[in-house]
Amino acid sequence: MRSSVACMIELEGLTKRYGGKLAVDNLTFTVRPGVVTGFLGPNGAGKSTTMRMMLGLDRPTAGDVRIDGRHYDRLTDPLKYIGALLDAKAVHGGRSAHNHLLCLAQSNGIPARRVHEVLDAVGLTAVARKKAKGFSYGMGQRLGIAAALLGDPQILMFDEPVNGLDPEGIHWIRHLMKSLAAQGRTVFVSSHLMSEMALTADHLVVIGQGRLLADTSMAGFIAQNSRSYVRIRTPQRERLLDVLHEAGITAVESGSGVLEIDGGKPERIGELAAQHHIVLHELSPQQASLEEAFMQLTAESVEYHAHTDTPARPWGADWQKGD
Amino acid sequence: MSTPQSPMPQAAPPNWQAAAGPSHPGYTSPIPVVRTHLGHALASEWTKIRSVRSTMWTLGVFVLLVVGIGLLAGAAIAANASDGDLNGENPLSFGFFGLLLGSMCVITLGVLTTASEYGTGMIRTTMVACPSRGRVLTAKAIVFFAVAFVVTLVSASLVAVAQVGMLDGAREPSGAEWFKGTVGVSLYIALLGLLSLVVGSIIRHSAGAITIMIGLVLAPLVIALFMFSESLSDLRQALFEYSIPNQLSVFYSNSLTDSGPSGWDPLWIALGVTAVAFAGAYALLQKRDV
Repeated sequence: MRSSVACMIELEGLTKRYGGKLAVDNLTFTVRPGVVTGFLGPNGAGKSTTMRMMLGLDRPTAGDVRIDGRHYDRLTDPLKYIGALLDAKAVHGGRSAHNHLLCLAQSNGIPARRVHEVLDAVGLTAVARKKAKGFSYGMGQRLGIAAALLGDPQILMFDEPVNGLDPEGIHWIRHLMKSLAAQGRTVFVSSHLMSEMALTADHLVVIGQGRLLADTSMAGFIAQNSRSYVRIRTPQRERLLDVLHEAGITAVESGSGVLEIDGGKPERIGELAAQHHIVLHELSPQQASLEEAFMQLTAESVEYHAHTDTPARPWGADWQKGD
Repeated sequence: MSTPQSPMPQAAPPNWQAAAGPSHPGYTSPIPVVRTHLGHALASEWTKIRSVRSTMWTLGVFVLLVVGIGLLAGAAIAANASDGDLNGENPLSFGFFGLLLGSMCVITLGVLTTASEYGTGMIRTTMVACPSRGRVLTAKAIVFFAVAFVVTLVSASLVAVAQVGMLDGAREPSGAEWFKGTVGVSLYIALLGLLSLVVGSIIRHSAGAITIMIGLVLAPLVIALFMFSESLSDLRQALFEYSIPNQLSVFYSNSLTDSGPSGWDPLWIALGVTAVAFAGAYALLQKRDV
């Protein structure tokens, strides 16, 4: 039995420079056990580079990452501390799923029976002797997750695990991550989709252009960033604005004749309109999406950078398209 | 966009600060921690090399070439030689042709052992499982060298025994000749494969590394063949003498020239070159990102 010191990932001033480009810029944060920590940022924000440095694949230009208080390359059997799904294609296609996992198990002194256990856990037992190159994307992803679970590690790291999966697979992964965290493990998962994180993550680390933009609980992020407002359309815009002004309510025009009232109560506005016989075409309470909040957050980081390093295309323009 | 599912209540954050206390979150695995060593990496690399079809293909073709050409050469010489033709000839030397062609297979397998991991992305998985990069390279080198040596030794010995049997007119090889013609050439071929493995690790690209290695084997000899200018005769001589086919034939006491490497020299040369390349690959592996 190993000591049950809580496993954390600690980043301190982590920096990676490729030539003249700063891919990761002075990141400092800690990933803690027992919760799912979402690692969020648009494509190209430096998420994968950060994860590669965490796993000792890339050498940091500056700064430090520690797993359980130690550098990754000081772990002699790292698969028992940290399991990682980097990308599903990090497999020799000519090798069977069973042999792929077996060679990983052997390198870490993990008993061979664990191979059968994890194959069973991800539902690949039936194709264990089949070559990995014949696997569908979802099966490849499951094989990657089996490899991550092989050492029964306290820390799990998933890089964009739901990319390219069908709804059933996405549901499975979400459930898996939550149950792993509920067992007290540290779960660190990257995504470029805020909507995905909102469903799984308890804690949120947001980066943009390699910089830390937010390190907050999901609840905190929601409280800070979700704006509720009332949306109104009316043919008698001027009259309504006067009435609202008299009542001390500030309305903002948001183009094409739509008015938005931050934090307003639709009941009160509806009553005011009725009192003054104003026709309303729409009166609806709205909640700004976390996706919008996230886009706004990352867009700000870009504006900050625009003076020194103008991006070739507007940031955030392509991040919704998937990978 | 829907409202997110119940986030963690702010009032009760997980008790991170109390991580050292008994009630902290954290998971304890039943799998015991092991201090891994080179033996674990060797077991892993052995599983890898035996579980891909390219190993069976390259080694299968290798055995076919060495044994097939060796037997064909023996049969052809036995059929065409008149009495006395083979007087004083070392019958082992006819194993040369098969081994020269077969070396291409060993080179290919050596390169694939390292470079194919870069091509497939497997190298990331490998290095995450074993962060000691030098250990990975060392384990690959040992496993590959052992496989290449054993397979070459078996094939070359088989051919040697067959040819000594077939060629009645030739003399009986001495013990030293037997040793050089089987163990010696097998060490040389396995070292050539090991050099390919190291080049594969440096180049990280299968086709590129194989091209470099085949060029290394054939180019000096081919260039020397067409080097007619008298002023270059010294260079031509050196290219001939140190070309890999000529060094291979030194193991059968056959050489294109009387000067140049002799005895066990080719093995020491190959050992030196491979050691230098290995040290370079080792240092690069530590320095570069995976």
